[in-house]
Amino acid sequence: MIWDDAAGAAADLQRVGYLADDRIAQVVFLADRLEKPILAEGPAGVGKTSLALAVAAATERKLVRLQCYEGLDEAKALYEWNYHKQLLRLQSDEGKAWYEIEGDIFTEDFLLERPLLEAIRAEEPVVLLIDEVDRVEMETEALLLEVLDAFQVTVPELGTVVARHRPVVILTSNNTRELSEALKRRCLFLHIDYPSVERETRILMERVPELSAVMADKIARTVRSIRELAVRKAPSVSESIDWARTLLALGVDDVDAKITADTLEVLLKYQSDIELTQSELLAT
Amino acid sequence: MIDTLASFVSELRAVGIPVSTAEAIDAAAALQHVDVGKEASVREALAATMIKVPRYRRAFDTAFDVFFGVGAVEGAEWETSAAGTENAGELAEGIAAALHNDDIAALRRLVGDAVSQLAGFQPGRPVGGRYYLYRVLQRLEGVEELLEDPTDDDRLARAIAADDVAALMERLRMELRREIVRRLVADRGPDPVARTLREALAEDIDLMHATRDELDRIESAIAPLAQKLATRLAQRKRRGGHGRLDLRRTIRASLAHGGALVAPQFRAPRRTKPEIVLLCDVSGSMATFARFTMQFTYAVASQFSRVRTFAFVDEIDDVTRFFGPDHGFAAGLARMTREARLVGRDGHSDYGVVWQRFVERHADVVTPQTTLIVTGDARNNYRDTRTDLFADVANRARAAFWLNPEARRFWDTGDSVMALYARECTAVFEVRTLRQLERFVEQVALWTQKAPLRSLN
Repeated sequence: MIWDDAAGAAADLQRVGYLADDRIAQVVFLADRLEKPILAEGPAGVGKTSLALAVAAATERKLVRLQCYEGLDEAKALYEWNYHKQLLRLQSDEGKAWYEIEGDIFTEDFLLERPLLEAIRAEEPVVLLIDEVDRVEMETEALLLEVLDAFQVTVPELGTVVARHRPVVILTSNNTRELSEALKRRCLFLHIDYPSVERETRILMERVPELSAVMADKIARTVRSIRELAVRKAPSVSESIDWARTLLALGVDDVDAKITADTLEVLLKYQSDIELTQSELLAT
Repeated sequence: MIDTLASFVSELRAVGIPVSTAEAIDAAAALQHVDVGKEASVREALAATMIKVPRYRRAFDTAFDVFFGVGAVEGAEWETSAAGTENAGELAEGIAAALHNDDIAALRRLVGDAVSQLAGFQPGRPVGGRYYLYRVLQRLEGVEELLEDPTDDDRLARAIAADDVAALMERLRMELRREIVRRLVADRGPDPVARTLREALAEDIDLMHATRDELDRIESAIAPLAQKLATRLAQRKRRGGHGRLDLRRTIRASLAHGGALVAPQFRAPRRTKPEIVLLCDVSGSMATFARFTMQFTYAVASQFSRVRTFAFVDEIDDVTRFFGPDHGFAAGLARMTREARLVGRDGHSDYGVVWQRFVERHADVVTPQTTLIVTGDARNNYRDTRTDLFADVANRARAAFWLNPEARRFWDTGDSVMALYARECTAVFEVRTLRQLERFVEQVALWTQKAPLRSLN
């Protein structure tokens, strides 16, 4: 148990520069108490991955990261035998009987640890980040279930490896597909949406310390109004931070329609979105 | 607490949110660790353990307010008379000031007063909370004006100010709603109140009878649903089994084993993508349904070799040019309404004329590779149906489906001629919700002659 209550979790996260709202703090706190993984879902760039980084930093634990992609398999997620090394070993032992060697080549010396096994076998407690889990196929998802359920992995040659310490696990998803019920059931669900104006203002001031409070507020409000439009890709928090930096670099001290129009490319990545914003918000 | 949790869970299930027993147990475990005196903590703890789809959150919050909202405030009595409205102006001013200064304590107190004086509550009367909310809001209409800060700055500044006001008004609605729910629960107990407040999930709303607010919810649900369907279909296509036995390659491979046929070789599966022709009735009440169908179809357009769309009322026009990956869907729709020629005479559906025009001008569009999808209620205003022409078109297509958003029991009543057209179709479906629509599009994308379509329910 790391924290006494959700406020403690929020304070620790804030110390490392992550401004958690009540919801995030509550879920992080519960994840530790209930020893359950967090499934963080939401649009791109709202701080799902950085939540994991922040939890690791706040608890001074090592972060083990598994980046998911289509085609990710056991050998890349869990473990793999170091075939080349095994081959060398066999060659150097030429002349020995099979039963003498067999026991030798399936030992830890020849095991290539991948993120999931690494998190389970870690000596010290770690934070395990399974990033963009919606990218793997349904079948690969099943592989995660054993890990998330009991924090154990079965390697046929070595037996079952049980975690010494339950890691804090954070899965992120951009929700490009519905994850399986089985996976969702095992997790605490955390929907992270675009922050409120107040929270975004605080995030901006935290991340761009030179920014004045008035400017941060103005930027947050402008970005919210753009998000309200029917744009294809709404500006993320990281993009509003970039925009704040841009405005600062330009030496602007007030956000108006003109400067917004001139720097819109920082916030919006599609030409059609830029045009829409121009005509809906900025045209006079 | 456990009893309340149990009733809460059964209410969630009644709304249609799947909560497994394991999740309910997790919720109970989570409650051990949070301060049960803090409403927000309890809310987030229960949501994290039981709500795994963001779309369900709204229904969850409604039910949560009923079962876990703080009990009625001491001394806050309903005033049963319809009088007291003379204070409305004063209350509105107070509320506007409290919202403006972000003074939560004052806001809650004033909201309590407003509900007491303006709701016109009658104990025991079986009216839903929404009715009271509407009444109070109507009498507090001054608030919005008071919040508005007339600015003659540029458009951006005006938009930002308008969004500020909208956020504050949403805040007020939320507080009012909670206050009303709180008092209703005190009057009647949680279960009946939960029943009157129960709302259908976006994918279960009857498309034909949706209110404005419900249409907004459908609107925001459709894009993610369609996108997920597209991803799901793309994955299914990539997997899939093998094709037919390839005898030539099997024999060739057998040479390696001295002629024994040990390793059968298969052809790569042949998957033809269907070519879709959409014919959409966009007259009056059908327009919304047509656009949802179009939106779903275009979202999975990559699964089809081609999509062509025709819109009609009593005149038909090829509207394919307005849609596609390069245009935003909303913009395409706006252009369609503006530029397409859909009305010939009086703007009432005339299927007969439409088939005639379609055969005259676009007959070559429908080929044996085409899957024809018609959306409409088949209400022909007692005009000539020209089933013969429709039969010609439908028979030429690989398959012809008709989607009717009306309840099946209203088909063939009044001026509906569904049965006449149904005879010529491969299948006719009653599609009344997003869920059914999604299922239909999914099946059409995977459809082969061998497997008939399953029911959509």
